[in-house]
Parts: sequence; structure tokens; C-alpha cells
Amino acid sequence: MAKVKSLAELKAMREKLSNNLDIREKSNDPDSLVQIKVAMATCGIAAGAKQVMEHMMEKADELKLGIVFTQTGCMGYCHAEPTIEVKCPGKDPIVFGHVDNNRADEILTKYVMNNEMVEGVIPVNYETIG
Amino acid sequence: MHVLVCGGTGCQASASAQIIENFQQILAAKGLQDEVQVVRTGCFGFCEKGPIVKIMPDNTFYTQVKPEDVEKIINEHIIKGRKVTDLLYMDPENREHVADSKHMGFYRKQLRIALRNCGFINPENIDECISRGGYEALGKCLTEMTPAQVVDEITKSGLRGRGGAGFPTGVKWGLCAKNKCDEMYVICNADEGDPGAFMDRSIMEGDPHSIVEAMAICGYAIGATHGLVYIRAEYPLAIHRLQIAIAQAREYGLLGKDILGTGFDFDIELRYGAGAFVCGEETALIHSMEGKRGEPTLKPPFPAVSGYMAKPSNVNNVETFANVPIIITKGADWFASIGSEKSKGTKVFALAGQINNVGLIEVPMGTTLRDIIYEIGGGIKGGRKFKAVQTGGPSGGCLTEKHLDTAIDYESLAAAGSMMGSGGMVVMDDTSCMVAIAKFYLEFTCEESCGKCSPCRIGNKRMLEILTKITEGNGTMDDLQELRNLAAVIKDTALCGLGQTSPNPVLSTLDNFWDEYVEHVVDKKCRAGVCKKLMSYVIDKDKCIGCGKCAKNCPAEAISKTDYIAPGHKLPSMVIDTTKCIKCGACISGCKFGAISVK
Repeated sequence: MAKVKSLAELKAMREKLSNNLDIREKSNDPDSLVQIKVAMATCGIAAGAKQVMEHMMEKADELKLGIVFTQTGCMGYCHAEPTIEVKCPGKDPIVFGHVDNNRADEILTKYVMNNEMVEGVIPVNYETIG
Repeated sequence: MHVLVCGGTGCQASASAQIIENFQQILAAKGLQDEVQVVRTGCFGFCEKGPIVKIMPDNTFYTQVKPEDVEKIINEHIIKGRKVTDLLYMDPENREHVADSKHMGFYRKQLRIALRNCGFINPENIDECISRGGYEALGKCLTEMTPAQVVDEITKSGLRGRGGAGFPTGVKWGLCAKNKCDEMYVICNADEGDPGAFMDRSIMEGDPHSIVEAMAICGYAIGATHGLVYIRAEYPLAIHRLQIAIAQAREYGLLGKDILGTGFDFDIELRYGAGAFVCGEETALIHSMEGKRGEPTLKPPFPAVSGYMAKPSNVNNVETFANVPIIITKGADWFASIGSEKSKGTKVFALAGQINNVGLIEVPMGTTLRDIIYEIGGGIKGGRKFKAVQTGGPSGGCLTEKHLDTAIDYESLAAAGSMMGSGGMVVMDDTSCMVAIAKFYLEFTCEESCGKCSPCRIGNKRMLEILTKITEGNGTMDDLQELRNLAAVIKDTALCGLGQTSPNPVLSTLDNFWDEYVEHVVDKKCRAGVCKKLMSYVIDKDKCIGCGKCAKNCPAEAISKTDYIAPGHKLPSMVIDTTKCIKCGACISGCKFGAISVK
């Protein structure tokens, strides 16, 4: 590692490194983050959820969106796999079905970034306790 | 996702290294090693429930994790997104599981400044430190401030020595800076010696770079180019992490020649202490580093004039240094806005004793003892009654219920007959005998007295003899007066701070628990049942069924049969020969009929 030669260089380094800790900094206030849960039960994975999740993670990095991705179990919408749940700060979570790479891009660029609705919303048919 | 595992000494002792290894192995086996990062951090402070595992970003706080729980956490939480409820912290009051640390009583009242990075970053990785703003304060000092401005800023912040005495840090720096010399030294006092205290250790283990950075800042402010850390050899992990931090800082050019291209040179060396309590006193510490006996000398001359190798030196405690970078970054006004009128900022305490949440805490100055003990500490273990809290270690005193609402700072603790000390806080319930507690601390002081001055060497020994006499039931009221006389003389005449404060545990217990001393002396009774010589074990002859279990348990063969058979029983009852009894309690724990009691 080359030496840090000035305060400006140190600050630039901090900027560059800060992404690594972003996830920890923000987790002190998890509600301020966009959270995406990907249903990854057997049926979801068979329908391609894993590949879609990887694609979305790359895309989110590319767009510099601070998104928390979590794998979860079956959400119960087997008719619409792969399904993902998107929770934007201050809003109710929305579940999207039949998410392929294209729809994933749309969700990120339209819904997450600009709050435009995207096709494929599944009405939530139950409440979760706690 | 990040998995943070506590790697402090406490949690390492309860297998946190194995937990980290299991995480890495199982994650690798499942092909998740790229998505989930496992980080060994410093102490989270919640040592009571260690080892702690924290999952980010959802901030889940798992307690008392065992190596075999790792697979469950990975399968349930990391893969399926379901929290493992039985490993979550349970609120002792409403018996509910609390998922994240923000909602735990333990963290709610805390403000973490000195511990800001502990349990958050990987202490062995300078990049994580830099991404939290590490070394920017040093950069700011070197490029935007003059040394005098740095001293001013620290003075204005109101930061005071966290080693216990509370001397204003900025003033100390200013005194040293006045003595220009070709060689000057910045010394970090990491000889943490109070029984039960581990604040400094945790800071060095959890955020060693803050110490490295602060020492360099101090060097710039006073005009020194050499830094020395005097650390006790009993802290292997802290030493290891400091060594890594120093090596990494050198590699990045943040230590060494021409730091950040400003022409400022500074480097740090470690010096190991053999663990003598008196070496925490700054003059003794300096002598020990010079290779001499660790004995204090009279001040003046102060180290600021003639310290290490007779050169001007500035000695600060670890926690004091840990506060420095953040004061420079956030400003003196910010720091001065926290705390009480004369004591600014926060204080780290090591909470120990009969309390539910044993651990490391940091609270703003001026927090009340009640908040610390009942809110953060979660109250007394087993719902017993609070009796006293000991602060300041062997130099401090015991505070009682009437002090619970005292806002703690340097002045209020001194006024109450104790002292801030380095931050040990031992909570006691009604099973503690205050005479025995005073004796315990005095034993420690006698053991650790360097022997140079007679008040400390001889005076403390005499006081210990009197206390021993009292706990053995041979004390008189004159002895109590003699204790006070001796204490006054030692306070006035001992050479160093340790000797001058050594009678404090006795004086404060005499003041606050006079009744208990009188009971020991006049009634020959110990209400807590601690002083063995004052107790006798008795068998209730009507309750005893004569099974003989107690006699079998007794290692001293002090129990024998009588010829009395209680009504309704078939065998003769037993009796204890008090002259043979060694008061070990083996008979009581063996008796199923509650026939044996202590009187």
C-alpha cells in the first residue's frame, strides 16, 4: 500500500472505503433504507430467484442505490414466482410477482428511484404478526 | 450482509474465535462467503450475555451464542430471513425478546464517544477505521491548526483525565508544550490496574487506531516526536492489536517521517509493564519504563518538566486519548455541550458485581447512579436489595442508597466520599459485608504498596490488622477510632496518589455503614453472613431426623449424634461441635430438612 501523502488523499480514501461500511452505518437506522426481500424457497429458486437477486444486486450497485437485500423463505405466492417484496422508507411494503431481469430493472429504476408504479404488483393477502 | 462477532477478551474466553471459524466454514460450504462478511470486532460492552453476534443491516443482536448455534443462525436468519428467537436478548422485566440493540435498556441511556468504534469496526483493519473518519483529526491538526490552537481546543472542550484524578487535559498539554526541548515524549498510560476495571483494555482491543491517532495529535501539540505506550503484559490481545494498528499506520504513512506530507514526524513504541498497581502512577510508570524500580517520586518536578529520561513528557490515560480525535473533528463546543457543569463529555464504566447486566458502558457525565444501576444495569441480581456501589477501585469508596440520585461527575463523587477513579463500578447487594469489602480493598493496597514511604507501607498494614481483628470478632470501639486516626495520617503524609487515597474504602464504609462496624465490634455479628469467625452453625434438634448426611459431609468431623430423639422421629438428632467446626457450610447444603442454620 502506498503512503497517504496528504489530508486530501486521506479524505478521498475515506470516500472510497466508506461503501464497505455503509451497510453497518445505515443499519443503526434500518428504516431509512430500501429493503428488498427475495422469496428463496425451493419453488422460487427453481423459477430463477437466485439469478434475479444476483442481477438486482449488481444493478443496485451500478445505480449506487443503498439497498439491503435479504433472502427469505416462501411468501406463499407460488403462482407468481419469483416474487420480491420491496419496502421503501416510510411506505408499506409492496410485493411484485413474476420478476425477471427486465422487470427487476424496471422496479429499481422506476419504483425505487422515481416512485412510479410498475406492473406485476400482487395484492397482499395476509398480515404478518410482529 | 455483515456478521459482527465480538472479539474482546471476555467473549474470546467464551469461544468467540470458534464462532467466527464456524461462520466462515459454514458460509463457505454454502457458497455465501462473498455475500456475507464475517467481522471480528472489539467489545460491544454487553459482557454479561457474551459472546455477542450482531447481524447487519437489520441490527439483530444475538446473545450467549454457542459455536453450535452458528449453523442455525445461518440457515434461519441469513438464508431464510427469520430471526432465531431463542438467541435474542430477553428483557428481564417483561420477559419479551428484543431484536435490536437500539431498544435494549442497556444501550438506551448510553452515549458512546470513547467507545464510538468499539463493536462496530474490525480493529485489525485500518481501512475500516479510515472509512469512519479515522486519522482525519490528525490531518486537520497538521494542516489547519497550529500546535497552540490544538492545545486551546482541548482545553476549551473541558476534557479531564480519565485515569481518575480528573486533571484538565488541555492544561496538562499546555504545561508540557511550554518546555521546549530537543526530545520530548507522549506517554499513554495503559497500566489499568483497578480490580474489576477493563475500560482501557476494551478501547485498545476495539479501536486501537484512536489511541495511535490521539498520541500523534498530542505529539504535534506539545512538540514531541516520540510516543510510548506503557501497557501491562497481562493484556496480550490489546498488545497484539496495538502492534497491528501501529504497523498499519506506518505502512500508510500515518506514523513515521513526514506524516501526510506536512513534515511532521511521529512514531510510537510499546513498553510492557509487569503488572504492578503502583506503576499506574505517572512518576512510577516513567521510572518503570526507564528500567528502574516502579516507585513514585515526589512532584514537582512534574513529568511535564522532567519526565522520561529527564525530558519533558506528557502522560495521559487511554480513555482520555480516545476522546481526543473526536473533539478535534467535532469541535470543543460539541464536546463541552455534553455532560455536567464541571465535567464534560462521557465516562466509560466497567459495571460488575451483583447486577444483571455486567458489562462495559459509556454514559454522559451527570447521569445518576440510579439510571446506571437500574436502567442500564438492569437492577440487582435475583431481585435482591441494593446495598452499595463501589466506585474508583482501591482509591474510591462505597456509596449507598442515599447517593443513588447523585449525578455522577468528578466533584459529586468526591463530595460523597468516593472518587471517579478509572471507572470500575462494583455493585453490591445485602449479601456483602461492608467491613469485609473494606478489608478486601485494603488487602489489595497492602499487596500492591511499593513500600517506599512508611505511611503507606506500615500504616495500611496496621489498618488491615485492625480490620482483620474486627472481622474475627475481637474488635473494640477504640479500634474504630484508631482506624480513623490512621486513615487521616496516611491521607496527609503518603508520597503518591495511591497511598493518599488508600484509606478511602475504609473511611467511606465507616461513614456510610457505621452500624455494621458497631455490630461487628459490640454484638459480634455479621449481618451479611460473610465473616466466618462471627458465625456459628446450629442444628435444630426437633427438625433433625438423624439421617447423618451432615456428619458424612462434614470435612472436619465436627458433627456427632446426641441421645435426644425428637417426637415423631426414629433416630437421635445430630449436634455440631463449634470448636471443631470450620464453617464451610457443607452441612447446610446437604440437609434436606432445613434443620441447620447460621446464627
